[in-house]
Amino acid sequence: MRDLQLPLNQTQRVRLQAALQQLQDLASQASASSLVTVADTIPVNNEDGILKGHGTSELDGQVVATLCGVVERVNKLVYVRSLRARYKPEVGDIIVGRVIEIAPKRWRLEINFSQDAVLMLSSMNLPDGIQRRRTAVDELNMRSIFEENDVVCAEVRGFQHDGSLHLQARSQKYGKLERGQLLTVPAYLVKRRKQHFHRLEQYCVDLILGCNGFIWVGEHLETGENDMLEDREKRPEISKTNMIHEEQERTFTPLEVRRHICRIANAVRLLSALGFILTVESIIDTVEASASSNIEIKDMLGPEFYVQTVEREVQRRILLSRKKG
Amino acid sequence: MEYVNPLTGFRLDGRRPNEMRQIRGEIGVVAKADGSALFEMGNTKVIAAVYGPREVQNKGQQINNRALVRCEYSMANFSTGDRRRRPKGDRRSTEISLVIRQTMEACILTHLLPHSQIDIFVQVLQADGGTRSACINAATLALADAGIPMRDIVTSCSAGYLCSTPLLDLNYIEDSAGGPDVTVGMLAKMDKVTLLQMDAKLPMDIFENVMQLAIEGCKAVAHYIREVLLEHTKQLECHRGA
Repeated sequence: MRDLQLPLNQTQRVRLQAALQQLQDLASQASASSLVTVADTIPVNNEDGILKGHGTSELDGQVVATLCGVVERVNKLVYVRSLRARYKPEVGDIIVGRVIEIAPKRWRLEINFSQDAVLMLSSMNLPDGIQRRRTAVDELNMRSIFEENDVVCAEVRGFQHDGSLHLQARSQKYGKLERGQLLTVPAYLVKRRKQHFHRLEQYCVDLILGCNGFIWVGEHLETGENDMLEDREKRPEISKTNMIHEEQERTFTPLEVRRHICRIANAVRLLSALGFILTVESIIDTVEASASSNIEIKDMLGPEFYVQTVEREVQRRILLSRKKG
Repeated sequence: MEYVNPLTGFRLDGRRPNEMRQIRGEIGVVAKADGSALFEMGNTKVIAAVYGPREVQNKGQQINNRALVRCEYSMANFSTGDRRRRPKGDRRSTEISLVIRQTMEACILTHLLPHSQIDIFVQVLQADGGTRSACINAATLALADAGIPMRDIVTSCSAGYLCSTPLLDLNYIEDSAGGPDVTVGMLAKMDKVTLLQMDAKLPMDIFENVMQLAIEGCKAVAHYIREVLLEHTKQLECHRGA
């Protein structure tokens, strides 16, 4: 609800309220009791011996929440799953970040964590794909791989002793992202799944759902890092006019694909504004619904489709709960 | 001037001596901030935005074992009756920034967020007495919204002593009467005082009464803030779904 301020008319307002009420009713059956706010006591059975996890502390022998969120219990572990907090990295997460600084042998990336993440030159696959020691020349050429403000996809490698977060990009699927849009959504809306890279064939679009809440929607590119190398080798030979031409060709995206990118991006914006969880299915569902009801891209963030999306989500959840029950 | 009507016992704005103004809190008013809140106490209206925990901007200030908390208090030009340009960093706002910073730092579990920085920006949109208290309450809501771990909810409320009556939650007219103004900030659940300010003299026994009144006010605010937070959390969780 944060980003969108919509001029709803009376009917739309009533429909929205009804739908939101239904959502609440559906959810309250599941987990209303386990919600806590800061300094609420979490009821535990002390006899079993418990482990206090994230978001809890002890006060006068009671377990007390230090965050607002949902109490989760796994065997003896009790922790609070926070909503609306910054991203908490876990090893192996796939994230999207933005380069903000180039330091000796490393890039610093903004990833919506409490510190900047570090991507070492040595934990990168070089464009030529050969495994070798990084030389001083490589270090000088770091800007030819990523520059400041580039959007990069990488994987969380782990924490160093000093508490800094290290990333790695040792595969063809990681690396610089071009020709698309970066969207930032709250990190809790992206669930960790097996697959975070999605190729949407019918739209010619790549979708990356970064665990840190950075979402990339871009034109689908054949991952050929060798092309990049060839480009670089060729470049000195070709004349300047040719180069500009080639540059244009390299960054050219057909109008149709651009439209698809915008439509998908708007679907993501809408879902995140509503606070619905973001999965490929939900995004594609929204995109298809907007296309099938002939809603223009710019109107996707308008009041009518907003209300429709909420209603569709209600229907979906009712179906889901019926299947379960 | 009579601040409490001797016949009816009502104050200038029609409240009883131990009655608070209407309070209202709203979460999520600044889209780009990590946490934000709007807090109203009667006609006093304050907006707070929290950024972070994020990378420390000035490396020299970085603290290795805990988070750096910064706070900036400002008053909008249009917040008072006479519109005037307020220089940034005047004595009053520097002092209030410091007070808010210390109060919030006392409740944030800073040791859980090493190498990072938390910025709290509070701005008074409408000033009608008790801006200090309103700022602290707004900052608490915003911090909780940003998902920053806290020991307890800090709330604040002021009380004064005019016409030989202890008064809760002074408004601007009562505040500018020149009587004592006790601002109390406390950790609601732990029952600990984290802020106590008074710029006048009061006999000991009367002071205790006034402070007790302010503490009651803090508890009432805490009760309300907790409701707001729970409602907000519930909304987020039910929207997100399983």
